[in-house]
Amino acid sequence: MSEQLSASITERLGATGTANALELRGVSKFFGALAAIEDISMTVRPGERRAVLGSNGAGKTTLFNCVTGDFPSSSGSIRFFGEDITAFPPHERIRRGLRRTYQISLLFTGLSVRDNVYLACTGVSRSRFSFLRPRRDDSLMASADNLVHVVHLDDARDTIVSELSYGQQRQLEIAMALAGAPRFILFDEPAAGLSPTERSELIEILLGLPGHMGFIIIEHDMDVALRVAQSVTMMHNGRVFKEGNPAEIEDDPEVQALYLGDGHG
Amino acid sequence: MIDPTQGGPAQGNPGQGRAAAGSPTDQRSWIERVPAGYWILGLILLIMPAVAGDFILYQIFGWSFILGIIALSLMFLAGYGGMVSLVQMTVAGLAGYMLAIFGVSAIDTISLGWPWYITIPLALIIAVAFGTLTGWLAVRTEGIYTIMITLAIASAFFYFTRQNYVIFNGFSGFNGVLPPNLFGVDWRAPAAFYYLTLFWAVLAYLVVLYISRAPFGLALQGVRDNPRRMAALGFNVTAHRVAAYSLAALLAAIGGILLTWQSAQISPGTAGIGPVIDILVIAVIGGLRHPIGPFIGAFVFVLLRTFALDALIAVGLSGERFQLLIGIGFLVIVFWSPDGLLGLWEKLKAARRKDPLLDRGGETPGGQR
Repeated sequence: MSEQLSASITERLGATGTANALELRGVSKFFGALAAIEDISMTVRPGERRAVLGSNGAGKTTLFNCVTGDFPSSSGSIRFFGEDITAFPPHERIRRGLRRTYQISLLFTGLSVRDNVYLACTGVSRSRFSFLRPRRDDSLMASADNLVHVVHLDDARDTIVSELSYGQQRQLEIAMALAGAPRFILFDEPAAGLSPTERSELIEILLGLPGHMGFIIIEHDMDVALRVAQSVTMMHNGRVFKEGNPAEIEDDPEVQALYLGDGHG
Repeated sequence: MIDPTQGGPAQGNPGQGRAAAGSPTDQRSWIERVPAGYWILGLILLIMPAVAGDFILYQIFGWSFILGIIALSLMFLAGYGGMVSLVQMTVAGLAGYMLAIFGVSAIDTISLGWPWYITIPLALIIAVAFGTLTGWLAVRTEGIYTIMITLAIASAFFYFTRQNYVIFNGFSGFNGVLPPNLFGVDWRAPAAFYYLTLFWAVLAYLVVLYISRAPFGLALQGVRDNPRRMAALGFNVTAHRVAAYSLAALLAAIGGILLTWQSAQISPGTAGIGPVIDILVIAVIGGLRHPIGPFIGAFVFVLLRTFALDALIAVGLSGERFQLLIGIGFLVIVFWSPDGLLGLWEKLKAARRKDPLLDRGGETPGGQR
């Protein structure tokens, strides 16, 4: 176990300097005969922030599910900081520094905000199996409190999650994705259903993330997506449709046609 | 030996929970509001031998504590882990068999007669290994399939022990399996046995309560509610579930050893299909949401089991129908309160807190839900 771990650490350290944060080669996912995504190739550099745009059913969330291993991909390879993670179970990918949020919040509604974040912190630590309760000065508890602060939920720290507002639940999702030492995060529509105030708060949180922490954000709202992202991938019908910087994508006539709704086919 | 049982339940849990985690959970908040109840219950249980007769101590309380421990192991799996395992009584039975086979029994052609300090740990280790293996098989399935696979293992164990005469001595099993005369005490004397079982019941209860708020227990509840999310937080869901089976097997094995000492015998019937289902009934009657539930359930079950016979004969029915009474009781409780007697208790408390002017209970914070 530890031998395997140290081997992977050396591999990781050796890889970090040169490798891309995320490298997809010909990734496809079939549900029966239906291709949810087909032959996706994508390269994201460490620290890069990328927006993935596309209409409903374009395969954006499926792409995330393949990267995190929620659903294994049908074909293709996925490399995370140089390491081939295609065959890894989800928890092994997460322990290597990959994180994600869910479009529909998957939270532990019976627990408090702090306990939710605390769980996220223990998941990527060695005390996952600890039978001992955390002490007052527990370092994981301290980092959980810190994350609660980062996403502006201090006032709701001890609130049971089912009593949180929708916007607060979205913020909690982000806090849980920041637990441990994430190297790369996948945000699945974090702004969906938020009020304008909450949106600007979200943008503030995203822009406030440390520079080395790259992410991919799925977002329908161009204002949010283009403000936080340096590059854009446009998806359509399960394939990559366009790639470029925000200005190029915004001005692209084909993209505009798609977004105005008459670009099917 | 007696001291820890006194202080433990009274002040240990709610205070620790608060200090450690900082936030009370919804599940336990009602207990935190009545810490005095713990003191009173602890005191009553401690002075019980002064007032109760031998039969009550040995047959009612002793048996309740033992069945409570075994049902507690199921509550831990089902309540916190969402895994209904019917194998807990089998694990208990296996521990009892190991005790008889490696230790001393009246069947000296089979029993090896090893001293207690070897047989007891050995019995526990083998039972935990068995429980872990069962868990390893069962966690690959969900819901009804977990129940089926554990029931299949339980039935297989029952029939195997009944038909195997070389190791398990077949139908008659082992008798004369007695606790060691440690500290010069006869542990099968009613008062001594009462304190022995009380000690282990309280210890098992406290351990489960403590772990429920430790990272392992929290994560187990997370796995129950949302395995996919737990995997996305870095938890190995399968390993966590199997580990829960191991811990539950340890509790069940302790119960199994005490159960074997209580009747001084172990036979296939101890872990037959009937007792296997009884454990499920006990846990559900008591309530799966809190570790006190199985003990309440076990107490009610033992009372029914012991006195239903007389009660039925008194009203002119056949005494054999006590199972019917238990069944009806089970139906009534499950129908009125899916959370068992614990759920009923909470409903009562909520009703008493109702504001007569607003006609609203205090326990629903979000009116819109």
